[in-house]
Amino acid sequence: MSVTDLHSNTELDNQSHGDDHGHEHKESFISKYIFSMDHKMIAKQYMFTAMFWAIVGGLLSVVFRLQLGFPDADLIWLKPFLGKWISETGQLDPEFYLAMVTMHGTIMVFFVLTGGLSGTFSNFLIPLQIGARDMASPFMNMLSYWLFFVSGVIMFVSFFIPDGPAAGGWVAYPPLSALSEALAGSGGGMTLWLIAMVFFIASTLMAGINYISTVINMRTKGMSFSKLPLTIWALFLTAAIGLLSFPVLFSAALLLVFDRGFGTSFYLSDIYIAGEALTNVGGSPVLYQHLFWFLGHPEVYIVLLPALGMTSEIIATNARKPIFGYRAMIGSMLGIAILSFVVWAHHMFVSGLNPFLGSVFMILTLIIAVPSAVKVFNYLTTLWKGNIRFTPAMLFSIGLVSFFISGGLTGIFLGNSALDVPLHDTYFVVAHFHLVMGSASFFGLLAGIYHWFPKMFGRMMNNKLGYIHFWATFIGIYLIFFPMHYLGISLFPRRYYSFTNFDAFSTMGDLNSFISIAAFLTVAAQFIFLYNFFHSLYWGKKASTNPWKSNTLEWTTPVLPGHGNWPGAIPTVYRWPYDYSKPGAKDDFIPQTVPYSATTESNLPHENEMLDERTAGGIDDDVKKREEEQK
Amino acid sequence: MLEFAIVVGLVFILAVVLLLVRIQKLVKVVKSKKSGESDEEEVPEGNSTNALILMVFMVVAFVAAAWYSISEFDVYNLPVASEHGKEVETLFWVTMVVTGVIFILTNVLLFYFSYKYQYKKDKKALYYPDNTKLEVAWTIVPAIVLTLLVIWGLKTWNDMMGKTPDNAEVVEIMGYQFAWAARYPGSDNKLGSYDFRLIDPVNIYGLDFTDRAAFDDFTPREIHIPVNHPILFKIRARDVLHSVFAPHFRLKMDAVPGMPTQFWFVPTKTTAEMREELGNPEFNYEIACTEVCGRGHFSMRMLVVVEPMEEYKKWKAEQNSWLSKNPEYLAKVPEKLRPLALLKTGVEESSVTVK
Repeated sequence: MSVTDLHSNTELDNQSHGDDHGHEHKESFISKYIFSMDHKMIAKQYMFTAMFWAIVGGLLSVVFRLQLGFPDADLIWLKPFLGKWISETGQLDPEFYLAMVTMHGTIMVFFVLTGGLSGTFSNFLIPLQIGARDMASPFMNMLSYWLFFVSGVIMFVSFFIPDGPAAGGWVAYPPLSALSEALAGSGGGMTLWLIAMVFFIASTLMAGINYISTVINMRTKGMSFSKLPLTIWALFLTAAIGLLSFPVLFSAALLLVFDRGFGTSFYLSDIYIAGEALTNVGGSPVLYQHLFWFLGHPEVYIVLLPALGMTSEIIATNARKPIFGYRAMIGSMLGIAILSFVVWAHHMFVSGLNPFLGSVFMILTLIIAVPSAVKVFNYLTTLWKGNIRFTPAMLFSIGLVSFFISGGLTGIFLGNSALDVPLHDTYFVVAHFHLVMGSASFFGLLAGIYHWFPKMFGRMMNNKLGYIHFWATFIGIYLIFFPMHYLGISLFPRRYYSFTNFDAFSTMGDLNSFISIAAFLTVAAQFIFLYNFFHSLYWGKKASTNPWKSNTLEWTTPVLPGHGNWPGAIPTVYRWPYDYSKPGAKDDFIPQTVPYSATTESNLPHENEMLDERTAGGIDDDVKKREEEQK
Repeated sequence: MLEFAIVVGLVFILAVVLLLVRIQKLVKVVKSKKSGESDEEEVPEGNSTNALILMVFMVVAFVAAAWYSISEFDVYNLPVASEHGKEVETLFWVTMVVTGVIFILTNVLLFYFSYKYQYKKDKKALYYPDNTKLEVAWTIVPAIVLTLLVIWGLKTWNDMMGKTPDNAEVVEIMGYQFAWAARYPGSDNKLGSYDFRLIDPVNIYGLDFTDRAAFDDFTPREIHIPVNHPILFKIRARDVLHSVFAPHFRLKMDAVPGMPTQFWFVPTKTTAEMREELGNPEFNYEIACTEVCGRGHFSMRMLVVVEPMEEYKKWKAEQNSWLSKNPEYLAKVPEKLRPLALLKTGVEESSVTVK
């Protein structure tokens, strides 16, 4: 069967070649592992790439935490790795410090938490959970990964050019990012950064179009939107947000390219630098900030929503309870998705923005806290009176909820324009977004890997190592970012190479050392995960078909689904994915593929009524016919 | 402080070790039982241990956080020295109490539920898919709380950003790589105009001497401001973005090339008062940069001296204008304004070489 067959809609697929999918595909190494068009392989490609980037991003943070925690330390031993960025006296170069902070942010936000989270799990879960044989366009899906890969290569190369990588912060505000006179990293490094971002945006758009069209068009019979797992809702909304906001980042980047290379003045005006006045007049650096944050803020939800969706699934499965308030969960995600587009200027309260606009954006920003609060309460109620199994995935999901609360609440400070005046660009902000966006999403990513590892590789990860990994990481992250709030309350500015120049910021050196030590331990703990991951890949216990006793469709495939996912017809869906511990039911879970007619003992009154109506009206005939076909 | 670090570090290591030991024990228990029962595991090994550690973690974390927050309050809480700063500070701590309550409540529920409802063999979870009343309640309650915070915030914000009083003392602050430069309007209380094209290594402000208001502008190394009097900072940048940040005044505003910004405030404590209050004779008000601006971003320090009005007036009267310190720039003054410039700067005409 060729890949093009996969384009046909599922209905046709079921009838025309129901049994076709069982046969072995003779594929070359290249078409199977490299230029693969199988969504599962592409998902794994995204995952391995993101793991590489997570290691790079994590190691960068180790180096700058060394500088922040121990500013007087002799770093000469890093000279073999960092070369000229370490001075002869063992001091880190201040510009390279900025470059590392910049690259850490760029890598973590875009390559790990966007590419790694959404790229891995949208690709892996969308077809499997909605009951599709592959993505709507497998070819475009492959292109999307390879554009992501190219983007990564370009970003990686920028570390090795003479001027060093981009260093003006991950937000790349002009004029700093536009003028190589202002900063060495704004030369070749920034050029490569911009090129890499363009490839990344193209990759995200292709992926997003694919995710959206797959969810809309390729759901199996019976899989209405009101029966979609929350994971899919989250990934769907994420793709929609990305599709609407990334083009704006593209325009911001494009205008920056023009300003840098072609003498335009979109962002530049009244500048005197390196001994001469530039000719640019009439531009506005604030324009860039508007364009950047029009993506930048939705981006927060692009990385967070998939994590929230996946953990909803994991928490329901392991609490053996339906997710509480399924519709409210969808409603709050929709609310967050829409509101995420109208809050961007809360990053700009002190940019010189009209104070009236500040008021408007403050109100809109604080509104977004309501759906977020609803999500938290629904998580808590889902745990209430559950029968909880603490798999590593479950622990990471609980950790996510805790981070989401702790980091979310500080957003109420920062969204308040009056409070943002002192707190803006201090460690309070750093603590806030590392908890709510960084750590929460990272925990979502880890929870997802632990939970779906058996489906990806047909083997189980080691639980014990998983527990150690969880506890070290969970405690470690709190030890890093909770104390950081105190630095924030003392108004320590972020992106500072050292705090020795100011009396006001010379008070908390030992807290900075403490944070650094916690960071080193936390990063070290990730190697437990890497060991567990790669060891289990080859030697893990063989997984059963449905190891977590879960309801969703991916667990109805063979242990290692082949190209096309289901060997026979794609199963039909009859119910929502959260029938856990239904009173009267034989097991404590009822998969989505079990019709109500087979569970009369556990049906709720309205479900039985619906069943009666359907049998009376003969609507069920079709269902019965299909069941027979399957047999 | 260091003890705190050691204590927390030890707890951290202890928790991990405890976990390892417990798991090992459980493994042994399971192994000694042998595979008499079904090989399908209902629940992962160490389930109850994890539930227990969740509780222990919560208690230890809350105790540590409370202890540090109380005992180190004076270390991390920066004193306030401006009128709006006090308002902001009140709002900050009110928000802290509100969010603190929610923080404790929700985290306690999260960890307690996890512990309480851990897997038990003969128990079945409650099938509880929704409850409209509950959901409406916890949509409305946060909405009300947030509305109150928004209203309070708007009031504070409008007070801060409201109209500058007419009698405000004006100080211009310009950011450049990597320092701040200040300029005062001089005796005419009007800042002279400037143009970035006129900037040169001496005239770093780009002062435009075709404008008579520029003649008496002076540019001190430190900023002096009178206490309990409105001050207006007029802020601009010469090369890249910077951000004026005076932590004790809770003041922050970006300096944007091509777009002048401003921030007004009322300082409430003189430098001397603050020194006495903190018991630190070395204390100084500082201005820092909070918008990344390049290599020297972390070193853009400027001192601010807050003093009583009389002292301020005396200091101001003693300052010589920029033009009088750089008389060669009298040549840039247009012919017909030159007598006025000479008068204002007190420079002898003979010392001016006209090109």
